[in-house]
Amino acid sequence: MLAWQNGRLDSLALRARLVDPVEGIDAPATVTVEDGVVTAIDGAPTAPASLVLAPAFVDPHVHLRTPGREDEETIASGTAAAAAGGYCAIVAMPNTEPVVDTASVLAALVERAREEALVPTGFTAAISKGQRGEELTEMAELAAAGAVAFTDDGSPVASAGLMRRALAYSAVADRPLALHCEEPTLSRGGQMHEGVVSAELGLAGWPSVAESLMVERDLALAGYEDRPVHLQHLSARESVDAVRRARRAGVRVTAEASPHHLCATDELVRSLDANAKMNPPLRTEEDRAALVEGLLDGTIDCIATDHAPHARHEKDAPFEEAPFGVTGLETAFAALNTYLVRTGEVPLATILERLSAGPARALGLPVPRIAVGEPANLVLLDLEADWIVTEGSFRSRSANSWLLERSLTGAVVKTVAAGRVVHAA
Amino acid sequence: MSASVERPRRHLLGVGDLTREDAERVLDTARGLERTLDREVKKLPTLRGRLVVNLFYESSTRTLASFELAAKRLSADTMTLRSSGSSVDKGESLRDTALTLAAYDPDVIVVRHPHIGAPHLVAGATDAHVVNAGDGKHQHPTQALLDLFTIREALGRLEGVAVAIVGDVLHSRVARSLVEALLLVGAEPLLVGPPTLIPRGIEATGCDVSHSVDALAHADVVYVLRMQAERMESAYVPSLREYTALYGVTPERVRPGQVVMHPGPMNRGVEIDPRVADSGASLVTAQVRSGLVVRMAVLYDLLTAPGLRVVAPVLEVA
Repeated sequence: MLAWQNGRLDSLALRARLVDPVEGIDAPATVTVEDGVVTAIDGAPTAPASLVLAPAFVDPHVHLRTPGREDEETIASGTAAAAAGGYCAIVAMPNTEPVVDTASVLAALVERAREEALVPTGFTAAISKGQRGEELTEMAELAAAGAVAFTDDGSPVASAGLMRRALAYSAVADRPLALHCEEPTLSRGGQMHEGVVSAELGLAGWPSVAESLMVERDLALAGYEDRPVHLQHLSARESVDAVRRARRAGVRVTAEASPHHLCATDELVRSLDANAKMNPPLRTEEDRAALVEGLLDGTIDCIATDHAPHARHEKDAPFEEAPFGVTGLETAFAALNTYLVRTGEVPLATILERLSAGPARALGLPVPRIAVGEPANLVLLDLEADWIVTEGSFRSRSANSWLLERSLTGAVVKTVAAGRVVHAA
Repeated sequence: MSASVERPRRHLLGVGDLTREDAERVLDTARGLERTLDREVKKLPTLRGRLVVNLFYESSTRTLASFELAAKRLSADTMTLRSSGSSVDKGESLRDTALTLAAYDPDVIVVRHPHIGAPHLVAGATDAHVVNAGDGKHQHPTQALLDLFTIREALGRLEGVAVAIVGDVLHSRVARSLVEALLLVGAEPLLVGPPTLIPRGIEATGCDVSHSVDALAHADVVYVLRMQAERMESAYVPSLREYTALYGVTPERVRPGQVVMHPGPMNRGVEIDPRVADSGASLVTAQVRSGLVVRMAVLYDLLTAPGLRVVAPVLEVA
C-alpha cells in the first residue's frame, strides 16, 4: 500500500541511547544496518547523552496538495519534509483537485510516488464521490488500487445515513474509515474555538460540541455496524471522553491528536495571526490537558500532524479570509519535545510510540521496529539541540507554521526510511 | 550609542492599545478642540502637509465623514479609497493595496474592513500610523472613545458610571470596544439581550450580563445597539416583533435621569422607540459631534511626539 522511489539501500552503524517502545528497549546500543536491513544490535557501555535512536515516525494525516496545488506542496517536497521530520511513512489525504475518488486518480498518484517520494507514501481515497457526501466511492476498486483508508477529510460526512452505508460497505474493501468529525450546522462560519477568547475578539465560534456530537454519532454507528473507525485530529475534551467510553464498550476505534492541539490553546489566536487558524480550532487549556491525558492512557493512539501547506499569499490575509491549516511535518518532534517532554507532561517513550507504532497499527501499515532482520526505519534525535523556526527552515514548499520565530529544543539528526538514509542534518 | 532613540510607531488598532492615561489625554485634547468648533473659522493649521488616507472596505457614512472632516479641520491632506471602483474590487490583496498606498508616504491610514485584523495587517505592511475604524466584529476604538467623551460631558464623570448595553452584542464591534473602554476608565458595563445574541464567555472580561430588560433600571446610561434584520435569517431571534417587545427601548423602560445613546444608524421602532430617540434623554446627536472632535484628537495624538503633548495645544498654534 506504500509507494516510494527505488533507490540504493544504505549501510551504516549508529551509536546512541536506543529507545524502542515496541521492543521495550531503553539502553545505550550500537545498531548496525547493512544494505538497508538491521543486522546487529549490540549493547554499548555508553552513548552520547542527548542522542536517541528510535523507530522512525509514521504520519497518518498529511496533505500533499497533489494533484492541483503543486505550488503549495508536491510529493517530492512533502516527502522531503517528512524525511527531515523523522518520518519513514506518511499517509496523504484525498481532498485534492481533483478529489481522489477513482482508481485512475489514485493509480496516477501511486505511480508518481514511485518516481519522486523520498519516504514510503500511502494514499487515502474519499468516502463519497467528490467528497460531496452524497454517493459512495467504488471502495473495493480503490482498495485494490492501493487505498490505505477512506476519508472525506476536510469535510464531515454530514448524512448519518450515508455514514452508516459507508461503514457497512467498507467491510468489502477491508479498509478502515478515517473520520473528520464536525457537525456542519453547528460549526458553520466558525473561525476559532467558541469561548472566552472568541467572545472578546468577535470571531465566530466553532464550538467543541460541533466535534464531540459528531464523534458520538460516528462511534454509535461504528458500534452498530461493528466496523473499525479512525477519528482524525481530535481537539475537544468531550471527544476524548467519548472515545474512551466507546472503546470500553467494545467499539473498534483509534484516534489521533495533532502536535498543535497537544501543545497550544486558543490564546494563540489573540495574535490574529492566520497561522493560528486550524480546523478543528485550537481549544482551551482544559481541552489540551484532556488530549494529553488521552495520549498518556492510550485513548489517543496516534499523533498526526495534519500537515496542511498553504500558499503564503493566502495565509497573509485577515484571519477570516485565510484558509484553515498549518504545516507540521518538520516541527512535530521538536514541538512535542519542547512543550510536552521537557516540561515533564509526557514521557519520551510515549511520544515516540504515538508517533510511530500507534499510527502504523491504526491504519494497518507495517509497524517500524528496531530488530535484527527488520528493514531499517530509524530516526536519530538530538534531545538538546536548540533551533529557531524560520521560513527558511523548511523543505516543504509552504511555511505556514504556527511555530514561526519560536525557539524549539530537539532536532532530527538522521532519518532512515525503508533502508535508505533520507535525511542527515 | 545612537543619538536618537527609535520610538515604536503608534497605532490605534484597538482599545487594548490604550492605557487609562492615554484615553483620558485624548478626551482632554478633544475637549480643547471642541471649543474651536464654535469659532467662525473652524480650521486649524496643526497637521498642514500631513497625509491622512481613509481606506474603507465597508460602507460607512458617519465614520468616514467624521474622519474626513477631522483631518480637514486639522489642515491635513486627505484621500479616501473605497472598495467600490478601486483595485480592491479587482482582487488585489489587502497587503498589496497597503504597499501601494505606502508609496504615497501617508502619515495616517484609517482602515475599515469587514474582517478582523485587517488594520493590523496594514500596520505591519506600511510605515504609517494606523487607526482602526472598525474591523469585522472585533474593534471600533474611536467609537468607544467618542462614547466615553459623550458620557463624560453629559454626566461629568466616568468612574463608577453604570452603562447598560442592550441588543445584539454578538455581532457588535461597538459593544466589544465599549466594554473594554468602560472597564479601562473604571465604569461598569452591563450587557442586556437575548442569550442568542450575547457571546458565550463574555463575562470573563469583567462585565455583567442580563437577559431581562428590567436590568436597564439600574443603569446611568442606556446604550442601544443596532438590530440588523439579517439576524432573523440565522434564527438568532424569532422575529423583530418579538425582539422589540422584549428588548426595545421604549419611554416606559427609561427612567428619569437616565441618558440614552445609540451608535447609529438607528432602526426607529425596532431597538429604539422614536419617542426615546427624540427625547431630551437622547445623546445621539451629541455622539456625532463628539465623533468629530475625538477623531481630531486621535489624529493629533498620533502625529505629535509624546512630551510635547499638552492639553489642547492646537489652540496656541491657531
